Formats: sequence, C-alpha cells, structure tokens
Amino acid sequence: MKTYRADLHIHSVLSPCGDLDMSPVTIIEKAQEAHLDIIGITDHNSTRQCPLIKSLGQKAGILVLCGAEVTSHEEVHCLALFENDKELLLFQNYLDLHLPNFPNNTELFGYQVVVDENDFIIYEEEKLLISAINQNINEIEKMVHSLNGLFIPAHIDKLSNSLLSQLGFIPSDLIVDAIEVTSHADIGKLQKRPDFQNKGFIRNSDAHYPGQIGSAFTLFELESPSFQEILLALKNQNNRRICI
Amino acid sequence: MKVCDLVNKLNLQVYAGEKGLSREITGGYTSDLLSDVMGNAEQGEIWVTLQTHKNTMAIASLKDLAAIVLVKGNQPEADTAKMSNEEEIPILGTTLSSFEITGRIFEALKL
Repeated sequence: MKTYRADLHIHSVLSPCGDLDMSPVTIIEKAQEAHLDIIGITDHNSTRQCPLIKSLGQKAGILVLCGAEVTSHEEVHCLALFENDKELLLFQNYLDLHLPNFPNNTELFGYQVVVDENDFIIYEEEKLLISAINQNINEIEKMVHSLNGLFIPAHIDKLSNSLLSQLGFIPSDLIVDAIEVTSHADIGKLQKRPDFQNKGFIRNSDAHYPGQIGSAFTLFELESPSFQEILLALKNQNNRRICI
Repeated sequence: MKVCDLVNKLNLQVYAGEKGLSREITGGYTSDLLSDVMGNAEQGEIWVTLQTHKNTMAIASLKDLAAIVLVKGNQPEADTAKMSNEEEIPILGTTLSSFEITGRIFEALKL
C-alpha cells in the first residue's frame, strides 16, 4: 500500500469566483509543486473544464477526478466526481437541464470561461453558474450514484452553503461517500453526532487561486491511484483507508 | 390563536397535517436556514420558509412548532407531507413572499 496526497476540491477559471490564472496548465503545474498525486476539478455547476485538465494530468502523472461542485435547490454545495467521460457528459446534460436561465454578469460575478492548453478562450458560459439548480439534494445524490459517481457534501462545517447550515443535519436517507470538512472543523465533536456515524472525513483546499492548491489535502492509502481504489478507501475496505 | 384560525384569516392553503390544525400559535419565526431555526425558533411558533425538504418537518417536530408556512407557492415534497401527517404539524402555503406573509401573521397575532 502506498500513500497518495489528494486535493479533491479545486476550482478552475470556469468558476466565476475562480481566478483567471486558474488555467488547466497552471492547475497541473501547481498540483505538481504541491506534491499532489490526485486532484478533483469541481467548478460550480459545470464540468466543462475537466476533460483537458484530466488529459494534462495523465501526462504529468496526476490522477484527475472530474466533476463539479453542485448547488442544490436548498443551496447546499456538494461535490460530485466521476470515473468516466461518458458519465461526466451525462451529468453535464443534467446540470444544463436544471441550471436556471439566469445570465451571468461578469462585472459582478466574474468570467466563466473554458480555455485550451494555450490559455485561449474556447467557450464562455452565459448562465450564472453559482445559481442553485432546480433539484433537491436527495435528487442530486440519486443522480450522481446512478452514474456511479462519488457524492460528497462540501465544507460541511461552513456557516453558509453547507449541508449543516442549510438543512441542519444529514438527512437519514442521503447516501454520502464522504464528508468534506474545512481545516477549522472540530472532527471529534462532529463524530459524536448521530447523523455523522460511520462517515469518512476528507479535507480539500477549495482552491480558487493557484497558491491555494494543495493548501489542504487528504492522504489516501491505496494500491495504486485510481477511482475504484479511492472508492475502496472511502469505504475503508481491503486495507484501503483515508487519513486527514 | 389556533392554526386553523390563522388559515381562515389569511386564506392559507393546507397541504398536510390537518390533524394539527388545532395547535396553538404563540409566535412566529421566519428563516430559510434550518440550522438557524434549530437554534432560535421557540416551541409553539409558526415558521415561515421557502424550504420544502423533509428536514424542515424533522426540525418542526424537534422544536414542537405550531406549523410551517411555505411561501411563494412552494409545495412540500411528498416525504415532507407524509411526515407532516405523521407528526400532526400542519404544512400551510401562500403565494405571498416571506416579507408579506410574515407581516400579515405578525399583525394577526397582535390582535
């Protein structure tokens, strides 16, 4: 078993709040500098910058999990991560279907662009990506799991846009693959709550700027870096485990 | 004032939890953050919100609230309505915004 360093919550230039320097090339460079083995690309309600980062990651020896940070109808932020391009595309269709048709205002919110490996803009998203989609958290979880993805409530201890701030506690029928906490979280206290029993915790940077990549991370003990191995570690099976 | 009196006075919809219409209302609380309601709503209050998730009913039950009022024409999700019937805490509805219905409930409870 080897230990791999993972930061599964990184925004790119596509997120309106993401820095314009967060290009695919820069993200991979900074991930290497931060000694990350595995990263997750999770822009707000869009997966469109993921494929290029994944292919750059392959060349650089970094496993890139593709997905999004989805805003539920209750305004809960949740990470959704997928293994294959096919499922990622189906999830993108689902996001396009359910994201409200509210236009972005670049002066207020920032640019929402997909860039290529030379940093040329190849797509601009017109709809505001930080809107809540027209699906509740349980519906999103079911969709993610129907596509064999990972469903992880984001920064659960934050006072805004977290599962706890918006809904008070983890619904008993919600299936989560892990819980993301911030670096300020009191994990011992959370673990005493009945709704947190048998839940695995991960920590990520939620990076919006290049310098933040890898500033928080989770160690995975795996046989090799792969989506399926990560799944085993989150379930604490076959000697795979997570450590924060 | 009882929940049923408020329903008649303000012409509210009753979506679920009819058996709880005789609950007494002691005050009100308006918030869409369930963590806030858990911490700050008081027993017997009527809760004005746009949230429709099942967790709202769990919190209404935990805090022993009189009823929930959904604003802007929002309707409870099926499992939320089911729990309302089980807990006998009514879910009411209005097409008004939180601002308007809160003002009207506030006036009604003063009388």
